[in-house]
Amino acid sequence: MISNDEVKAIARLARIDIDDEHVANFAHDLTRILDFIAEMDAVDTSAVEPLAHPLEVAARTRPDEVRERDERAAFQAGAPQTEAGLYLVPKVID
Amino acid sequence: MSSFPDSAAGIAAGLAAGEFSSVEVTRALLERIDSLDRTYNSYISVTRASALEQAAAADSAIAAGTAGHMTGVPYAHKDIFCTAGVRTTCGSRMLDNFVAPYDATVSERLNAAGMVMLGKTNMDEFAMGSSNETSYYGPVINPWRENTVPGGSSGGSAAAVAARLAPCATATDTGGSIRQPAALCGVSGLKPTYGRVSRYGMIAFASSLDQGGPMALSAHDLALLLNVIAAPDPRDSTSVVRPEEDFTARLDTPVAGRKFGIPRQFVGPNLDPAIAACLEQARKAFESRGAQFVELDMPRLDLSIPAYYVISSAECSSNLSRYDGVRFGHRCDDPSDLDDLYSRSRGEGFGLETKRRILVGTYALSSGYYDAYYRKAQQIRRLIRDEFQSAFAEVDYLFGPTSPTTAFSLGQKAQDPVSMYLSDIYTTAVNLAGLPAASIPAGFVDGMPVGLQLIGNYFDEAGLLGVAHQFQTATDWHVQVPPGLLTEK
Repeated sequence: MISNDEVKAIARLARIDIDDEHVANFAHDLTRILDFIAEMDAVDTSAVEPLAHPLEVAARTRPDEVRERDERAAFQAGAPQTEAGLYLVPKVID
Repeated sequence: MSSFPDSAAGIAAGLAAGEFSSVEVTRALLERIDSLDRTYNSYISVTRASALEQAAAADSAIAAGTAGHMTGVPYAHKDIFCTAGVRTTCGSRMLDNFVAPYDATVSERLNAAGMVMLGKTNMDEFAMGSSNETSYYGPVINPWRENTVPGGSSGGSAAAVAARLAPCATATDTGGSIRQPAALCGVSGLKPTYGRVSRYGMIAFASSLDQGGPMALSAHDLALLLNVIAAPDPRDSTSVVRPEEDFTARLDTPVAGRKFGIPRQFVGPNLDPAIAACLEQARKAFESRGAQFVELDMPRLDLSIPAYYVISSAECSSNLSRYDGVRFGHRCDDPSDLDDLYSRSRGEGFGLETKRRILVGTYALSSGYYDAYYRKAQQIRRLIRDEFQSAFAEVDYLFGPTSPTTAFSLGQKAQDPVSMYLSDIYTTAVNLAGLPAASIPAGFVDGMPVGLQLIGNYFDEAGLLGVAHQFQTATDWHVQVPPGLLTEK
């Protein structure tokens, strides 16, 4: 059972603003989803190694050399607010 | 219907023989899209000008003798693949204004092959959904019946191919998003082995499950498109390095002597009996050509949906943390401070289902719950993977339904997330194991298409497409046309 307060705490962790009127709906949906997920508990997996990658291959590495060009201007062309090559956000430190 | 061939192979042959030009085919398809897609809503963006430019360039290459096999063949591109200079929305308000500064590897390969992009197709927001109803751009309508969903998340690609608004399309499959819409729209789709198709520039949902692949009207066309998009990619560290392969190589291999397994868990009480009857008929078609069938017990398959929702939601909560309202994408108006900027930009930019999954994933990964959810799901993932490996020690292919039902009505499952998740009951296990699987048309129930799912062993796409092609030489389900298209003016 996920309470309204828990929904607010999770939403805060995920940095997602949720209107007060929707909190109860999310609590209901999350409870239902987590109840359904609990079907996993039917199997004892204490001796099973977790599997993170389906083919169990490690990510390839490559020589540590610079390959990227400077594309700051192209990347910042779609940014909400920039100045002098910097991304602008509201003042963080007074 | 246009006067040009419906299939990619037919268009490629006609172009090579000089029967028509790429500009002619492209213009005809753009006109069809203009007149019909108001009904289906299968495209988010139609790229008319660049399509005609690409088509003209293709015609020049064909004339000069420098064309490849697929040069000049039009396609629809799922709006999850980044395309330099063309908006890539991923079906989300968050990316409504996003124009990628670079091409996905898949986009780059399609361009290099000289194929012609007609536009970007509609999809569930961030590929999270099984009905295409979570798109910010509105639902897609299944060409087979108004008021029914096309499936999801690649619903736009499936509907565009079914409505003959593109001969083939790209799609992606995290838990069934190629196969389930292909089944519901009566087209063919292939999810390749994890790592076959580069994920570079393919907007991430759940990185250990996401895989791009082709959608088309036949297994032959799937092979042709897979030849273009599949390749090792140094820019995707999970892309698998294998020698180049021609996926059409085994299309003509007979199925005689091939051994198929039917997992009991795929034909249980969840399956519509009329769909089971279609599968039985398909089985007979294979058996009459000398294929053998055995039943298998794969009890862990029943746990694939819960394990899938934990892993995919956890990975989505991590992947989607990049949308912060700072560097690209939606930003709220007048943020009071940085925290308000993050929270309100994300609250406004994401739709309901995306938020639900981010919240589930955040919860599953939060301190104190990690072992009970994420670790547990990864342990079950191994059990499922092992069960598939045991099965493939006995049989060549697994055989079953793609979806427990045919296309459902708009709104029917939208209010209950868990009932929507159960649409993927037969597809998610394949992603957890990283295997290749196809869905091909195998009949109709009350006029709506039924999909047959065929699962192969790792890297056996060529064999899998061969089996599918052999079925399509023996049946004509895949060339049926939605009745609405036959009466169009």
